[in-house]
Amino acid sequence: MRWIIKGKILNIQKFSIHDGPGIRTTVFMKGCPLKCRWCHNPESISYGIDIMIDRDKCISCGSCAEHCESGALKMVDGPKGKTLVADNSLCTDCGKCELFCLNEAITIAGKDMEAEEVFKELLKDRLFYEESKGGVTFSGGEPLTQVDFLVEILKKLKEEKIHTAVDTCGHVPFENFEKIMEYTDVFLYDLKIGDEKKHLEYIGISNKKIIENLQKLSNSGAEINIRMIMVEGVNSSEEDIEKAIEILKNINVSNINILPYHNISTHKYRKLGIGYEESGMKVPSNARMEEIKKRLENNGYKVVVGG
Amino acid sequence: MRGSTERIKRLREKSTTTQPRLSTERAVYLTETYKKYYGEESVPVLRALAFKNYLLNRKLYIGEDELIVGEKGASPQTAPTFPDLCCHEMEDLEVMDDRKYISFNVSDEDKKIHEEEIIPYWHNKSIRYKIIKNMTEEWRNCYQAGMYTEFMEQRAPGHTVADDKIYRKGFLDFKNEIQESIDNLDYFNDSEAHDKKQQLEGMKISCDAIMEYGRRYAKYARELAENEENETRKEDLLWIANNCDTVPANKPETFAQAIQMYWFVHLGVTTELNTWDAFSPGKLDQYLYPFYKKEVEEGTITRDKAVEILECMWIKFNNQPAPPKVGITLKESATYTDFSNINTGGINPYTGEDGVNDVSYMILDVMDEMKLLQPSSNVQISEKTPEEFLKRACEISRDGWGQPAFYNTEEIIKELIDAGKTKDDAMFGGASGCIETGAHGREAYILTGYFNMPKVLELTLSDGYDKETKKQLGLKLMNGKEFGSYEEVFEAFKKQMKHFLDIKIKGNNVIERLFGEEMPATFLSIVTDDCISSGTDYNKGGSRYNIRYIQGVGIGTVADSLAAIKYNVFEEKRFSMTELLEAADNNFEGYDLIRKMVLKNTPKYGNDDDYADELMVDAFNTYKDLVNGRPTVYGGKYRINMLPTTCHIYFGSVTRASVNGRLAYQPLPDGISPEKGADINGPTAVMKSAAKMNQIETGGTLLNQRFAPSALASEKGINNLGAIVKSYFRMDGHHIQFNVFDKNILLEAQKKPEEYTNLIVRVAGYSDHFNNLEKALQDEIINRTEQTFC
Repeated sequence: MRWIIKGKILNIQKFSIHDGPGIRTTVFMKGCPLKCRWCHNPESISYGIDIMIDRDKCISCGSCAEHCESGALKMVDGPKGKTLVADNSLCTDCGKCELFCLNEAITIAGKDMEAEEVFKELLKDRLFYEESKGGVTFSGGEPLTQVDFLVEILKKLKEEKIHTAVDTCGHVPFENFEKIMEYTDVFLYDLKIGDEKKHLEYIGISNKKIIENLQKLSNSGAEINIRMIMVEGVNSSEEDIEKAIEILKNINVSNINILPYHNISTHKYRKLGIGYEESGMKVPSNARMEEIKKRLENNGYKVVVGG
Repeated sequence: MRGSTERIKRLREKSTTTQPRLSTERAVYLTETYKKYYGEESVPVLRALAFKNYLLNRKLYIGEDELIVGEKGASPQTAPTFPDLCCHEMEDLEVMDDRKYISFNVSDEDKKIHEEEIIPYWHNKSIRYKIIKNMTEEWRNCYQAGMYTEFMEQRAPGHTVADDKIYRKGFLDFKNEIQESIDNLDYFNDSEAHDKKQQLEGMKISCDAIMEYGRRYAKYARELAENEENETRKEDLLWIANNCDTVPANKPETFAQAIQMYWFVHLGVTTELNTWDAFSPGKLDQYLYPFYKKEVEEGTITRDKAVEILECMWIKFNNQPAPPKVGITLKESATYTDFSNINTGGINPYTGEDGVNDVSYMILDVMDEMKLLQPSSNVQISEKTPEEFLKRACEISRDGWGQPAFYNTEEIIKELIDAGKTKDDAMFGGASGCIETGAHGREAYILTGYFNMPKVLELTLSDGYDKETKKQLGLKLMNGKEFGSYEEVFEAFKKQMKHFLDIKIKGNNVIERLFGEEMPATFLSIVTDDCISSGTDYNKGGSRYNIRYIQGVGIGTVADSLAAIKYNVFEEKRFSMTELLEAADNNFEGYDLIRKMVLKNTPKYGNDDDYADELMVDAFNTYKDLVNGRPTVYGGKYRINMLPTTCHIYFGSVTRASVNGRLAYQPLPDGISPEKGADINGPTAVMKSAAKMNQIETGGTLLNQRFAPSALASEKGINNLGAIVKSYFRMDGHHIQFNVFDKNILLEAQKKPEEYTNLIVRVAGYSDHFNNLEKALQDEIINRTEQTFC
């Protein structure tokens, strides 16, 4: 039975109210083909396990390494005495490091969960979905990178008549969309940067496929909400908005959410031990967000600031 | 300034800026009557004569601008004393006068009267004196240790709610009914005929007393009118006189008279005895609506005028601080609020159809506009309630002061039927006080005290020995370290729970008798079915239904503590029972890893996790099975409910560290809320967990949810809030209330109280001014898990 298919899950968030209509449960899945510089869930980018170490809380006591079953954690000699190093590839998610860390300095991001287990968790709040006209949202990471897992659960959710939303960056083979289309009530489709060159510069790849997929998805009659993260200095100038409107011209969009960029995730980058290139990115002002909202509304779109 | 008119603004200002004070007037008249008639008249007649003496001779008060008249004390914010129940010592008066929170000014004259006239007579006759005298040493030790509290130690049985009979009948009618009941007494076959005669005579005297009180007001209003130069006010005063000509002797004819009628009854009930939770008007919107509709059709009232009269009533409620409490009673209920609670919405008790009408919306507007501490206003939400009404209630609740609270109409009816009411009587069900369920106008449902569930578990693990008071309070069963299995722990917990409940109930039964014999409530009995027809007092089982509640506190701590033992010691074997108990015994000092594991790596109630929730249900069922259905003295039954008022702070302060990681003397969770910080999966998970206890088998449960304003912003936020209420109620949840604000505002308010004088927060089944709360309670509100979501 394919029902036991496993997925790599970052987190299941109950009472999520900014990822689609009503009260929802959002499943954050691991793995994303993009690498946006502003990503606020950097622990969702890799497809495997990430060991996150809060260096401010870690006192280098070595307790986690001592209990680690797989040797993923080691104490090594560093310039300031013993220091903790992690090898994500060895981690088996035994959880011992989290259990024995007194200061809660260590977190394992990424958990293998069976589709059935996730499905059962999602059913728990169905009463709240019914009363609020909410449902379940898959986000990430990029949920469509685990499409076989995704389709299993979506199918089951639709059998239970639960509203489904998939939050996607769009950069996946279109056949993945085709697999889930029937079971997805609304796509929350990210439109990050309209200009291809800029897209390459900030995200490392072209946006061609993303725009193509968006067009195809629209042509297929799917309901689409556009989500645009607004990073001042990157994609929120008049020109950028102009470009976005141009792209959306032939797309059947039910509404647009514009989400102001926040630099609140820098601590996560530190925990992952990866750099965060903040230069050139700024939080847009409320006034600017309102301007953008008006600009889009003038083009006939229903726009909400925030989720 | 709040209020729909200038008149209301002035009245509200006066009500909210007057410092509460104490008045000995009632005590003086009471003492006079007792000295004159004690021993000569039967107890019910004596009580009625005392009531009458006060109402006939007390000073009257009609304040400037007032439209509804009558005060419990001499003027707004004045509380009478009740030495018949609790005779304060001189030291108590000094403390009341001086204390920082919930203080009462006491004049030198009142102190003198109290010292020279009141104390000499009442010091060895008050109910409080007799309770303490008649309790066993075992009871007193457990009481001192904080195993439970005792509601009747300073106040009388109450929590009672009017139904619609006072709008259909006047006290002349009631008097005729009483006479009829006297005429029908069967001295040949009924051995209690004489007792009943005495009771009914007392009730008749009480009818006369309230009618004369009304007449005195009519006369006084005319006198004032005569000397009034302002023509408009003169008209008002004559209008008041006219209203008081009609009520309370006759049934009300107008909207204003209906309200004045209720208010006279309210004053009667709350001056006769110091009833817990004062008195409440029940389904006020439904009872007032026929008057409003008729007057609108006749063109004698406008919506604005009706709103103004309602606001006058709101001010009347707010003018009455709960009479001063001292000692443990103050700790379990540290507030000026006297818990009058108005039910709005729900269903029509006669037709079963949706009960929302124009007056329901007016009441919502009034509560939103007035934002007063009292009365508490709640909405009853049924499956038939219109979306619009729910939405409007959510909008007001979102403003962040905890009102209205939301109650589940269908669940309340199920609770009442489960407790033995007929369907017809259950339809008159509602909540009063905090969250207590009762059938209005026909039931005595009496809270008898809080019960400290985590303390029972603490003593289970210490072989019944209380390390705080250094006394063997519980059974000697087994040293905690010797427990060989989780089942053994739970069995011992059950036995200890029974032991302490037995002590409590044994005491209760003595106290119930004391009230039955010595403190009949002859006035309250008039308006409560079937006291007239049975010739039996409210305090002697005369009501159609009689329930006595024991309120369980701290189930969240118990559930998590059981999980800490079961999961860590007996399943995961992370450490031994000995180690865990040593850790808790040392308040976890030097046991950081154990504390971290029980706090962070153990299943917790409040996360929709069956592991911990099932343990909660086991503890709940144990408690329920040991209480529900046990007989009371006068033919009623015991039942549980789950509410704390402010007792979770007091109980926390006498409870040592719990094995779930809760540190010593920290507050317990309120109501059925999870332990602070234990719920990490958001509000839907909390509600799912809470709904796993069968709330229908209680007399009410309390669930508090705090939201950051951002979580409920915009139209979507309102819709989500409504959906939360409806979902919880579909799971047979009894009650839910919301506090909406962020932590920083409260921290600021703590630092600069003067800048936040208007901040009202939801405490337990009621709201209070943040500044009136003692520091520990403020901290606890700040620390309640704030539900935010990404």
